[in-house]
Amino acid sequence: MLVLLPAIAALVAALIPKSARGKAVYPLAIAVSVVEAVLAIVLAVQFKPGVAGYQGVSSYNWIPTFGISWRLGVDGISIFLVVLTAIIFPLALLGARERVNGHSFAAWMLLLEAACMGSFASLDLFAFFVTFELTLIPTYFLIGSWGYERSGAAAIKFFVYTFLGSALLLVGMLALVFIHDSQTGVMTFNISQLAHTRLSSTTEDWLFLAFTAAFAVKAPIFPFHTWSPDAYRQAPTAGVVVLAAIMAKLGTYGILRFDFTLFPRAVVTFGPLLLTLAVIGIIYGGVVAAAESDIKRMLAYSSLSHMGFIVLGIFGLSRAGVAGGVLQMINHGVYTAALFLLVGYLFYSTHAFDMDSLGGLQSRAPVLAGIFTLFVMSSIGLPGLSGFVGEFLILVGGFSTHRWWAVVGTSGVVIGAIYMLWAYQRVFHGTPKEPGLIPEERAVDLKRSQILVLVPLIVIVIALGVYPRPILSRISPTVDALVAHVQAAQPGPSAAAHTQAGRG
Amino acid sequence: MRGLVFLIPGLPLLGFAINLLFGRYLPKRLVGWLATAVVGGAFVIAIVEYLHLLSMGVPRLETGNLFTWFQVGGLKIAWGFYLDPLSAAMILFVTGVAALIHAYSIGYMDHDPRFRTFFVYLNLFVFSMLTLVLANNFVLTFLGWEGVGACSYWLISFWFHRNTAAAAGKKAFIVNRIGDFGYMVGMFLLFKVTGTLNYTGAFHAAHHGVISSTDATAIALLFFVGAAGKSAQIPLFVWLVDAMEGPTPVSALIHAATMVTAGVYLMARISPILHLSASAGTVIAIVGVVTAFVAAAAATSQNDIKKVLAYSTVSQLGYMFLGIGSGAYVAAIFLMITHAFYKGLLFLGAGSVIHSMHDEQDIKKMGALYKLMPITGFTFIIAWLSIAGLPPFSGFFSKGDVLLGAYSKSPWLWALGALTAVLTAYYMGREVYLVFFGDARYAKALAGSDHHAEPHESPAIMTVPLVVLAVASVVAGVLNLGFTSSTDFLANWLSPVFGSAEAALGFGTGTRAILESGDAVFAIIGIVLAWRAWASRSENATLEPRFLVKAWGIDLFLDKVFSGGSQVLARSMNSVVDNALIDGAVKGTGTLVAGTAGQVRKLQSGYVRSYALVISFGVVLILGFVLTRASF
Repeated sequence: MLVLLPAIAALVAALIPKSARGKAVYPLAIAVSVVEAVLAIVLAVQFKPGVAGYQGVSSYNWIPTFGISWRLGVDGISIFLVVLTAIIFPLALLGARERVNGHSFAAWMLLLEAACMGSFASLDLFAFFVTFELTLIPTYFLIGSWGYERSGAAAIKFFVYTFLGSALLLVGMLALVFIHDSQTGVMTFNISQLAHTRLSSTTEDWLFLAFTAAFAVKAPIFPFHTWSPDAYRQAPTAGVVVLAAIMAKLGTYGILRFDFTLFPRAVVTFGPLLLTLAVIGIIYGGVVAAAESDIKRMLAYSSLSHMGFIVLGIFGLSRAGVAGGVLQMINHGVYTAALFLLVGYLFYSTHAFDMDSLGGLQSRAPVLAGIFTLFVMSSIGLPGLSGFVGEFLILVGGFSTHRWWAVVGTSGVVIGAIYMLWAYQRVFHGTPKEPGLIPEERAVDLKRSQILVLVPLIVIVIALGVYPRPILSRISPTVDALVAHVQAAQPGPSAAAHTQAGRG
Repeated sequence: MRGLVFLIPGLPLLGFAINLLFGRYLPKRLVGWLATAVVGGAFVIAIVEYLHLLSMGVPRLETGNLFTWFQVGGLKIAWGFYLDPLSAAMILFVTGVAALIHAYSIGYMDHDPRFRTFFVYLNLFVFSMLTLVLANNFVLTFLGWEGVGACSYWLISFWFHRNTAAAAGKKAFIVNRIGDFGYMVGMFLLFKVTGTLNYTGAFHAAHHGVISSTDATAIALLFFVGAAGKSAQIPLFVWLVDAMEGPTPVSALIHAATMVTAGVYLMARISPILHLSASAGTVIAIVGVVTAFVAAAAATSQNDIKKVLAYSTVSQLGYMFLGIGSGAYVAAIFLMITHAFYKGLLFLGAGSVIHSMHDEQDIKKMGALYKLMPITGFTFIIAWLSIAGLPPFSGFFSKGDVLLGAYSKSPWLWALGALTAVLTAYYMGREVYLVFFGDARYAKALAGSDHHAEPHESPAIMTVPLVVLAVASVVAGVLNLGFTSSTDFLANWLSPVFGSAEAALGFGTGTRAILESGDAVFAIIGIVLAWRAWASRSENATLEPRFLVKAWGIDLFLDKVFSGGSQVLARSMNSVVDNALIDGAVKGTGTLVAGTAGQVRKLQSGYVRSYALVISFGVVLILGFVLTRASF
């Protein structure tokens, strides 16, 4: 697995040279992250469609005594998350450049990239746990040291919430490993082997809850989200881009990779609960987003709502819904990253996140407004842009298995339009509400370099909207196998019923 | 031929892309003419395709796919077209009217600083509208459906510095989204029942008993919710009047001739499913005729030249749904086409008036404009007589057909529709008299402006489209004369589409003759009433009651309930749920371990960097734990 290594190497390189720190580190970080992106795209191109299992697997025995290994590989679910990570990081670094005055910022970003990559590509539970935990530290410092006015408190809140979740994950993980050990005499963290562990339904339920708690905090899923508006609001642009676009996906990815593989029966048992939380999150996030006047907090609640859609797709347990959920993880990553980057650019020129103090910006910043509109429409789920197909598959799949949850979730489509367009109106339409806020001579519109950062995201948003098929054809086989795995694990005749209902 | 069909939406898309990316480097006029030319080109190809269909035998259907949009399991959606007599009729009038309005806009938007942007949106709109009409599946139609909605949003709020325009654009999009909720759930249910979202497959299922009557009712009514949003039916019509904030060519093209008829098209498209339901048609017919009446009544008391037309449009769309619900699909489509001509003409005429009045829109401040702008005045009167339903203008035939269908369904539907017909002739007559005849009251309105004070006729680029549309409004009746079956051109053309879904009239030629004469009488009554009331007067408070000025208070009511209610809800939710409940619960758990928490908090705030250490220590701890366990 070539993806992880450059990031670690870069991290080491970035930390060591003390004399040359000032100027060299940041360009180096960007260069490394661009190389990462190229490698990831090469990997994606080589990825064979129509195959359900892991590809590009590389393995290295780390602590053989306990069956811990660095076993890395990608399947249809993780490949595009790896690509997303690799594409977003360089853009986040480039987009954040103005605010940053430190080499260590770049180093933390690289460490975070390595951790995210490791999480998405680990096929070993222990390696996953370590990298999953490792994302906390850089994020904590990114928020705490480079954030806005109340970043310290937000960083702590973020840390405590996610750390509590992780503690449960750790307990659950160890319990599973020991149960497997006692049954087979083999100590392993390899998830393919752990999947064969025989669990009583009570044990499986508890383990599922322990794992899911950690993932639910990370995503976040209602009601584990309260850290996110603060963390998103206070984090620097690059930090929030990574938090919302990539780290949120660690949660939903974890559910698919670990909950679905290891606890298929509990997934069905707790499906209605998670679906209900997802639907509450969709509506609650949307309604609160409409009440927010701070644009970053608004986007944070919007993310809660959109993550609700993804969870709805996943626990709907239909092929279309799960595939749509995976696709929507990518889509959400792209347009959320773009929106947070744009909000960051907006702040450079206006020094304001408060939508009630802005207004009429479309006159002075037509390009910013135009690009913002594009991503707003993508986020609303306008067909032809990314965001629609994922949402549509989630809902059409969800409807085929869990009709009423999908119907209620569909109302999120209306709410999404309300808060997004209202936010847009307050910032860009009308006339400036505080006329003196932005001096006449200051240029507000995007600079050429800023537009260039956004171009890749614009291209992706349109391409995924018009022709998502190449992505879906690689996601689908893995998803189909996973859904079949869950259905096969159900006791009694209900399995057949599920297969029937899940034909979408 | 297949490649050519893709060019019909493809050309406007090309124009959009060129003007978006390179428009600022091109001369202004060229941008406008390029935008017009691509739509004109689409019109020419539409004619070619029409002739091609004509040369084919029944069922006159051609389909084709460009590429697969997405596919998961059994759900396969393509970028593909479905060209049948219905969609062919639609693309002909959409491209034709759109080309005229593009040309008109070159004159109308001449002084606007965002001239180029306007044409970018306008071309994107035409692309979306044609995609909506030509798509071969519900999802791609939905793409066009949402696309026209987005363009409508951008164009209504085109003058975004006005808060009213910005709010109106947003309102249009959101109300449409409420309708889209129905459209989407309709798709989900249809897919669940039939396993396909392609028109061919869905209609096949409908014809072969796969869809039960109950499911058909649910599906049809869900799609009707979408149609009611897009086509401004009760209670979702509230956005269309506010939409008049947009530039007048936009009102003519999007909010009269084309986009708002998309709902009618959708219901006509799903006629095989609608036909299976016993009750859905009745619901649609009742909503349609009530909307027609309510909006026509509101139109009698408006003073804004465009708001009269906006309510009129809502009312006419109600007529179209009355036709759909009565099974008179051909009449509904016939009315849609003739309405596109005369209502487009009315809006463009209103634009011409507004243009010469320096943006004054109050008809009470006009009067006696006929002699100053004779072309605008004359064509406007033709449009009035046409919408009024006076023979032999086109509205007489198309509205008459709808009323025949309604009578066949239920005389009550017909009675309300007939009353609305009188109101229609009356409110348009009121507008004509107040704008073009009577006293010249415009001096005060123009006093403030430093331009030449007298209103004047518009330039040829604006009057030529008026004349073309006026001719169309007069003669479009020949599309479906109905005297004999051989002159029922539109009915014959559309018969492969609707087949047995089209209801036969339940009465003989005698009744029919009486009803049709009645239509003419209603028109004359309305015209005479308007003449008596408004030819020599501009104020008459008894004829303009408050509740009609406020359009029955429906908008105000909805605003209070939904906007007000939801904002209160939103604000309270955040403070109560997030802060009090969830964080409170978390903190509550925290106090249980207060001792340690206090220590931890100190650690957190004081020695933040030691977290790395804590984590490392944690990992070591885990390893140690594993190690000790494993050695046993």
